[in-house]
Amino acid sequence: MNLLATLVPLLPFAGFLINGLFRNYLSKSMTGIIGSGTVLASFVLSVMIFMDARAEGFQAVTVTWFDFISVGKLHIPFAFQIDQLSTLFLLIITGVGFLIHLYSTAYMHEEAGPHFARYFSYLNLFVFSMLLLVMGSNFIILFIGWEGVGLCSYLLIGYWFKNVDYGYAARKAFIMNRIGDVGFLVAIFLMIAHFGSVEFGDVFGKASGVGVGAVTAITLLLFVGATGKSAQIPLYTWLPDAMAGPTPVSALIHAATMVTAGIYMVARSHVLYDLAPVSQTVVAVIGVATALWAATIALKQNDIKKVLAYSTVSQLGYMFLGLGVGAYTGAVFHVMTHAFFKALLFLGAGSVIHAMGGEQDMRKMGGLGRRLPVTHITFLIGCIAIAGIPPFSGFFSKDEILSAAYAKNPIYYWVGVFTALLTAFYMFRLYAMTFRGAFRGTDDQSRHLHESPVAMTLPLVVLAVLAAVAGFLGIPAVFAPNAHWLARYLGPVVGEGGAEVERGMGIILIVISVVVALIGTIAAWARFGRKPELGEPAGFGKVLANKWYVDEIYNAVFVRPLDILAQVLVFIDKHIVDGIVNGVGKLVQYGSRQLRLLQSGLVGGYVLLMVVGILILFLVELFVKK
Amino acid sequence: MPINYYIFLSVALFCIGVAGVLTRRNAIVIFMCIELMLNSVNLLLVAFSKMHHHALGAAVPNAGIDGQLFVFFIMVVAAAEVSVGLAIIVMMYRNTHSTDVNFLNRLKH
Repeated sequence: MNLLATLVPLLPFAGFLINGLFRNYLSKSMTGIIGSGTVLASFVLSVMIFMDARAEGFQAVTVTWFDFISVGKLHIPFAFQIDQLSTLFLLIITGVGFLIHLYSTAYMHEEAGPHFARYFSYLNLFVFSMLLLVMGSNFIILFIGWEGVGLCSYLLIGYWFKNVDYGYAARKAFIMNRIGDVGFLVAIFLMIAHFGSVEFGDVFGKASGVGVGAVTAITLLLFVGATGKSAQIPLYTWLPDAMAGPTPVSALIHAATMVTAGIYMVARSHVLYDLAPVSQTVVAVIGVATALWAATIALKQNDIKKVLAYSTVSQLGYMFLGLGVGAYTGAVFHVMTHAFFKALLFLGAGSVIHAMGGEQDMRKMGGLGRRLPVTHITFLIGCIAIAGIPPFSGFFSKDEILSAAYAKNPIYYWVGVFTALLTAFYMFRLYAMTFRGAFRGTDDQSRHLHESPVAMTLPLVVLAVLAAVAGFLGIPAVFAPNAHWLARYLGPVVGEGGAEVERGMGIILIVISVVVALIGTIAAWARFGRKPELGEPAGFGKVLANKWYVDEIYNAVFVRPLDILAQVLVFIDKHIVDGIVNGVGKLVQYGSRQLRLLQSGLVGGYVLLMVVGILILFLVELFVKK
Repeated sequence: MPINYYIFLSVALFCIGVAGVLTRRNAIVIFMCIELMLNSVNLLLVAFSKMHHHALGAAVPNAGIDGQLFVFFIMVVAAAEVSVGLAIIVMMYRNTHSTDVNFLNRLKH
């Protein structure tokens, strides 16, 4: 177990080193094999760990590598914790990660060799960091992974660094994440101050003894970190811009894994959140607000990846709603199903973009269903899954969150259901505009339309199967008592889910959400199936198409004043600070130039000075020193 | 004679020596001015020596003798200095055909 747990993150790291250091010497196929192979090996090892962890009565194992930080009474070991929650994430990260690596070997095939290897080394480094994040046994290791995935996200968004806009998007993601990270860091400092430790076990054990105020502060600050990484209001605007990266990156980092780090962190710290009802309410409100907000924006986006990006933000909002109402299992369940169907949707979108020769605007697509059969069918499965139509996976996880939300406060439920309606609507708008109707691209594109190679369709098929059946891991109690495998599996880590609704009510809630999802689906299909939305939006639609002008507001409220402040500071630095520094130098130079005149080389002058000096000494002796 | 006269005389001589060193450019004159300063000091030393001898009288037989000893030291040192200094001046004259000290401003460069 120790060896396995050590190897799981080390293998991708080795892949990163090999691909990164030898990128000029490795052939592209070799790079692909190393990049994907290391992640596949990690996946196999993760499955072996998982086989141990699923046994009844499995106790969490801590694997310590070395003493990382040791200052005074504070000891932070570099240690991994293997328990049910981390093994589940291991499977998601390495499993979905491998499929996306495989997909990338085909998708990125047109890149030059060194850049191809650079791409794979970044991807491997990302997997390594993400594994650190979920395996760490304390908040510091978690934070190292947290920063590592942030770095890789930045590097991969800016992968095509010659495009200035992409570089700008990468910087935006990085800076937005930094804002959240400050909150996370302060939370860690508070933990050290209150608990004297950052180990999960110590912190959760002592949590009930420090008072609600401190725990509320810590959990709120942790949540600030989560809003940055998991793209929640108010720090969500980086995620749609992050679509500048290659599509598999969007699938892996900005849909399936990295953005769920915030969910993982909150679920991991659920002991703290259970003690702080205020924080729980904040998490739930922000989550449900983000879900609705992002879903409205997604309604009017025309870029296929932007729709999926806002849909991701919206689904992450659902997960936070689940966390906020105490349905930790439900949130983690949704992380898992979302990883499957959203990775599937992104990869499907990538396949479409690949076939269209880089075109991302849905208004120029249409009728692709006949030309890309595998992509079409798998994409449709993904849409059904995310819309929440049974028996596909999204239905189970979303419904679990929604019924827990109803038990806590029906308002959450109704907002959530309305969001589900919007979700079904915009997803099938996307589907209809892309795959239905007549082809609207150029003749040139029409001739080149082709189904993607098997390295791309295979991950699509695997993910489609998972997206279709993964829901059965968590069958709600209203259908069959004790059939919720995931709740039993995660029980030892996250406890008994949130509040339950009674059985009759539960069935009503399920029926409502299914009907709503079907309404959304049929409405979108009827509206866009034959007549796609091509014109420029007007009125309220224009506000949505422009994302509620949030970017513009942020620019005006934060970016512009900061720019002005920066310019003022530059002026101060250049003219005042530099003036003082240079002035001191100039003064010394001037003074020495004047003093140099004393050294005339004339002996008489020196003697005169000597005499004057002696006289001065005499005068001092006579008159001053009394 | 009161000691004041000796003091004023030697101070006057010393000041003349200093002024000469500062103002004259001829090395030999400067040299002479230095001798003047040395000798003004000698005069003062002898005067004080005599004064102490008189003041203490028979009680201390050798009172003030050290002042006179110093004078001999200074004379010897001055003689040695003159021999070295004149040699330098002679060499200087051979090299520059002048005894003007301002010619010797090479230290500056």
